[in-house]
Amino acid sequence: MKRVYVNEKWCLGCHLCEYNCAFANSGLTDMVEALKDKKIYPKIHVEGNDKINYAVSCRHCEDPMCIKSCIAGAISKKDGVVTIDKNKCVGCLTCVLVCPYGCVTPSESGVADKCELCTNNGQTEPACVKGCPNRAIVFEER
Amino acid sequence: MNKYVIIGNGVAACGCVEGIRSYDKEGSITIISEENHPVYSRPLISYYLEDKTDLKRMLYRDEDFYEKNKCKVYYNKKAVKVDKEEKSVTLDDSTIIYYDKLCVAAGSRPFVPPFKGLETVKNKFSFMKLDDALEIEKVLSKKARVLIVGAGLIGLKCAEGIYDKVRHITICDLAPRLLSSILDEESEAIVRKTLIDKDIDLMLGDTAESFDTNKAFMKSGKTVEFDILVLAVGVRANTELLSEEGIACGRGIVVNDRQETSVKGIFAAGDCTEYMDISSNQQKVMAILPNAYMQGKCAGSNMVGIDCAFDDAFPMNSMGIFGTHMMTAGCYCREEDGGEVYIEKSDDKLKKLFMKDGYLKGFILVNDIKKAGIYTSMIRNQVPLDTVDFNLVKTNPELIAFGVDYVKEKMTASV
Repeated sequence: MKRVYVNEKWCLGCHLCEYNCAFANSGLTDMVEALKDKKIYPKIHVEGNDKINYAVSCRHCEDPMCIKSCIAGAISKKDGVVTIDKNKCVGCLTCVLVCPYGCVTPSESGVADKCELCTNNGQTEPACVKGCPNRAIVFEER
Repeated sequence: MNKYVIIGNGVAACGCVEGIRSYDKEGSITIISEENHPVYSRPLISYYLEDKTDLKRMLYRDEDFYEKNKCKVYYNKKAVKVDKEEKSVTLDDSTIIYYDKLCVAAGSRPFVPPFKGLETVKNKFSFMKLDDALEIEKVLSKKARVLIVGAGLIGLKCAEGIYDKVRHITICDLAPRLLSSILDEESEAIVRKTLIDKDIDLMLGDTAESFDTNKAFMKSGKTVEFDILVLAVGVRANTELLSEEGIACGRGIVVNDRQETSVKGIFAAGDCTEYMDISSNQQKVMAILPNAYMQGKCAGSNMVGIDCAFDDAFPMNSMGIFGTHMMTAGCYCREEDGGEVYIEKSDDKLKKLFMKDGYLKGFILVNDIKKAGIYTSMIRNQVPLDTVDFNLVKTNPELIAFGVDYVKEKMTASV
């Protein structure tokens, strides 16, 4: 299946992916309205040090710890995409406790949130990929 | 065709079904369920009372789970005997079910000490099962004063669940601290403040000794009046079905990393078992939901004959209480036992990492939970600390601490 991959050599560490992610998931059409003066809750995070940068988002693992650990049975795989049923999630954050990549975060409402490859927000391709100025983030089959 | 029988219908049983069906689509699966409910999430009963979930959403699997997995479920039936020679399970209505492979996922039950006068209390409850929550729900009222005996996970989550629906809550525990099984003094102080700010009365180092109708007489000599009593003193693993057959049991049914008991063909999983904690290297009861599922799934695979190990277990908890969120894992090696502790602390935040012998062994995080899973994975994978940039990871758990090659491996290929 197609996943988001990052070429760390090309990542500038500009954090644009975080803003594009937050905007794509805001449900709003105006970027300023969606982001200006607001705490954002992106599902991709730029990490790194003075030598290397890279963006981290859900790996959609083959055998995900989050699915096995969710106390509400709220996380499942749908067509390869690890998906959180936010209606079932109670915000215990056991998924945050077990994700080995640090890719699950609490959302503004307190329930768990993570990258679902923009399959749940009306985008045609992941917003982080589309907006990456250096094409360091790609969406492809590997 | 294999005949699989599972005693219990909780999360471990669900894992077992999914483990079996990963490899065997045809064998018959029979589930014996003491409760009259399809598999639901027990830790969600407090959220149910808090109106954060409902009976439908708290189901652990879709309603067609049993049908899709071709399981026959005996609801409202209790297994009363396992015969390891005959390879059979007898139910309380005398039905006998024969198995080729058995998995005991019988869970645990509340431990209620023999309090004097307990029989005179009308509104008394345990807080483990959905039916407990449904019974408590009937008597909740804005006039009710509640006494919760036991300040562990169950007692505190109960307090949170009913908080907005009752007049007042008192929590007592013989231990001098809240959540004494998972928190140390410093972390407990933050949680304690959260409860005190909510005007919950705490009576720690004190407990009820006897009851008379709506009064509890405390060890300290004090008297507490209540309308609703919740007993959350502790739990006991349901081991009897197997211990009576001479199968090895300690505080739980003893299982190895294949979920096998001491008798071939009989497996066990979930809260009824004791198993190896890799962080302390001790065999113990670790009654937590993620492990129950993984044990069940591992048991299921092995019941089919597909070798599978669950050999990286340790205790871990993620729990919010009135907005204070804590995550704990592994064992807290003390400095006097050769351990090392890293501490970051502010008024309402705490991070403690416990190291020993060059490995991260455990942690306590309060209101500082970002990327906690990276610490958890370091315990699970027993990552030698001299192979990581620990100075970075202790303040800021990021993948780069494991090196560029690790980042490449995880970010540029499927995992």
